[in-house]
Amino acid sequence: MKFLEKIVHKHEPKFAKGGKLEKWNPIFESFTTLAFTPAITTSKGSHIRDGVDLKRTMMMVILALVPCLLFGIYNTGHWELVAQEGNRAIPYLDQFWSKVGAGAFVVLPLVVVSYASGLIVEFIFGVIKGHALHEGFLVSGMLIPLVMPADVPLWMVAVATVFAVVIGKEIFGGTGMNIVNVALTARAFLFFAYPTKMSGDFVWMAGDEVDGFTGSTALGDLATFTSDKMMVAGTEVVEGTSEAAVTMFQNTYSIMDSFMGMVPGSVGETSVIACLIGAALLLFTGVGSLRIMLSFAIGGLAGGFLMNAIGSNPYMDLPAMHHLLIGGFAFGAVFMATDPVTAAQTATGKIIYGFFGGLIAIFIRVLNPAYPEGVMLSILFMNVMAPIIDHYVIQANVKRRLKRLKTA
Amino acid sequence: MSKSIKLRKGLDIRLVGEAKTVKSELPAPKMVSVKPSDFHNMTPKMVVKEGETVKAGGILFHNKYEESVKFASPISGTVKAIVRGEKRRIMEVLVESDGQQTYEAASASDVSNMSSEQVKETMLASGLWPFINQRPIDVVADPNKEPKAIFISAFSSAPLAPDYNFLLEGKGDQFQAGLDALAKLTSGKVHLTLDSKGSSNDIFKNAKGVQINNISSKHPGGNVGTQIHHIDPINKGEFVWTVNAQDVAIIGRYFLTGKYDTSKVIALTGSEIKEPQYFEAIAGANVSDLLADKIASDNVRVISGNVLTGDKIEQDGYLGFYHNEVTVIPEGDHLKFVATKGWMSPGLDKFSNSRTFPTWILPKSKKFRLDTNTNGEERAFVVTGELEKVFPFDILPMQLVKAAITDDIDGMENLGIYEVAPEDFALCEYVCTSKIDIQDKIRQGLDLIASECM
Repeated sequence: MKFLEKIVHKHEPKFAKGGKLEKWNPIFESFTTLAFTPAITTSKGSHIRDGVDLKRTMMMVILALVPCLLFGIYNTGHWELVAQEGNRAIPYLDQFWSKVGAGAFVVLPLVVVSYASGLIVEFIFGVIKGHALHEGFLVSGMLIPLVMPADVPLWMVAVATVFAVVIGKEIFGGTGMNIVNVALTARAFLFFAYPTKMSGDFVWMAGDEVDGFTGSTALGDLATFTSDKMMVAGTEVVEGTSEAAVTMFQNTYSIMDSFMGMVPGSVGETSVIACLIGAALLLFTGVGSLRIMLSFAIGGLAGGFLMNAIGSNPYMDLPAMHHLLIGGFAFGAVFMATDPVTAAQTATGKIIYGFFGGLIAIFIRVLNPAYPEGVMLSILFMNVMAPIIDHYVIQANVKRRLKRLKTA
Repeated sequence: MSKSIKLRKGLDIRLVGEAKTVKSELPAPKMVSVKPSDFHNMTPKMVVKEGETVKAGGILFHNKYEESVKFASPISGTVKAIVRGEKRRIMEVLVESDGQQTYEAASASDVSNMSSEQVKETMLASGLWPFINQRPIDVVADPNKEPKAIFISAFSSAPLAPDYNFLLEGKGDQFQAGLDALAKLTSGKVHLTLDSKGSSNDIFKNAKGVQINNISSKHPGGNVGTQIHHIDPINKGEFVWTVNAQDVAIIGRYFLTGKYDTSKVIALTGSEIKEPQYFEAIAGANVSDLLADKIASDNVRVISGNVLTGDKIEQDGYLGFYHNEVTVIPEGDHLKFVATKGWMSPGLDKFSNSRTFPTWILPKSKKFRLDTNTNGEERAFVVTGELEKVFPFDILPMQLVKAAITDDIDGMENLGIYEVAPEDFALCEYVCTSKIDIQDKIRQGLDLIASECM
């Protein structure tokens, strides 16, 4: 790699202070640090430093997202075919490679658009503020396409990404300073700015659908359970009783299918097993917080059981376990709630934060069917609450220490 | 009431270049330096002028704002230079040896018959006082304050730290005399804390007039800060004094012989030293004799002290006042290609507390040759929970650092700034993913507290 190093050294003076291209140094620096760890040495304090840096950490998150991305590509391809033929009975593994191709054709442009639009904004802010690209967006840029419905227009992805990076992050000071999760900001922006495109039955499957075919998702179907006309995958629940509705739902979206992710939904969020593989990597490397993931799941279960206990409509009768497997619950718990910048930062705070994140997700889902994807909203809400949770955890520590003074 | 402490948090950084327990003599140093910068926040007022002759133990300067605290020359000779920096600040006072080593005349004194005031006056007048540090703030002790306890650690757990058993070998009388003198200075206890994982020699085990505690922990278990926190924590308004074990022997030596004799054993360590071992030296001695022909590579950093808390010095620089070792490690001032040495590499050569690198899978016997590269650029705090893993205090480290960065005095007081010194945060700084200079931030926080609240 000597030749690359030579190139860097040759062009360095131009971008250095006083050089001709000084203004563009942030961009130069961003690219050189992608290729080389810079020659910065310690000047104060400890003379040696740990090998880990933010790039390594973010790389682990991206690796953890790969199973979701790959599964998302296949799943998108599958449901596109289903929609085209208007037939939900197509076996999942049939026409494997053509589904991969069709899925990739839909998903990869989303990824490219998300990265391109976000990075352009990041670089503009970098040049204005005079700092190199901070790594946070490398993860956000991958998360954004994964929480999008497959059929979302590309220009919307670009608009949402720009909005999320500017309003969600840069105005607060960039990576590490943001209050709410960037990827969820993008999703929430689209959800509220273009509601017709982001909910309902027609966005979850890519491509043109045959007439009369409904591309609804599990959550979309469940939302109808609180109304008079209960629907499951385009078919009305004839008997109209709670048990019949739940049984029909569970026949369509079986526990196994939901767990594997063979259901329609946002690109990367359907497969619980892919999320769990990612979770394993995050937990093992210590990048993700076990406290948050576990308490989030427990909070979700608690919410599900509470709803079962009330049981005033068929949606409330859905088994608690099933709640954890549908929609973006697993994806949210593993990749969104654990974002260290926007989550609670104290150990105890993380447990409280995760629990209420899971609980409120189920509340929003069941009690307000206008917002079927409750996980997104509940995590955004908990992002805002996290500093308050931390505040009380810190105060508890302060009080404990003051008590020591009194007893001493 | 001896206490036994077991801690699970912490980190032992395994570095190449531990010193063999062999001791060599060195020629007496031709030049020594007394650096006011070794004593944080102390403004010196010179007592001698350039060209004057001094004896060993002769006073060079005193603290401008606390004149009783005096600083002595470790050797006899002439004051060669008073080196000044910006705003004429005194950076160091160089004394050239006359080759004789004559001492200021004083007689031995029996500590047991002395009052606490007499001990204090003797130590202040002789220049021994600066060996005593105080918490909070981590500066030379204020002689007008009464400490509630004095803490001495019988070992250092820092990477490549010298073996205190070896440093004090044969100096049992001096060490005990020093303990006796220190015991006079407090109405509370003198705590001596031993390493229960390793072995301690009889000098420590049989020390009298002190409370002997045991601690079993990874680094920073050997730091007095950790020991104070778990044995007798500091609350607002209280003071604790700390003395380095080898300096206790220097204090004792003065009372036994009447000589200000700062000779001590230091370790020469680090991956770039050909044969790491121990040497006889004097506080403030020039290290060029010590390092001559012993450095194995070209581009190195010489550190007076250990790799986590020491000071960067030149190859012809001077040993710090409190330091027991000189460490030499490679400089890391070159680009590292990501796929082989950087953030995308397998990272077998990296020692990381995070599992994003395979350090955890490598055998415990593997030692690492780390350089001074930061391995990444400074960022805002992103990762949470990593500082807590290496910080065995009931204190929230990240929140305290943030309070220090934002000059939040109330926040710092509440979160425990009175209990900590920058060295307690050295490991936090090491593991920090965002490469923030945490020790420096804590130091700034302490300075703010010192100026506003003390």
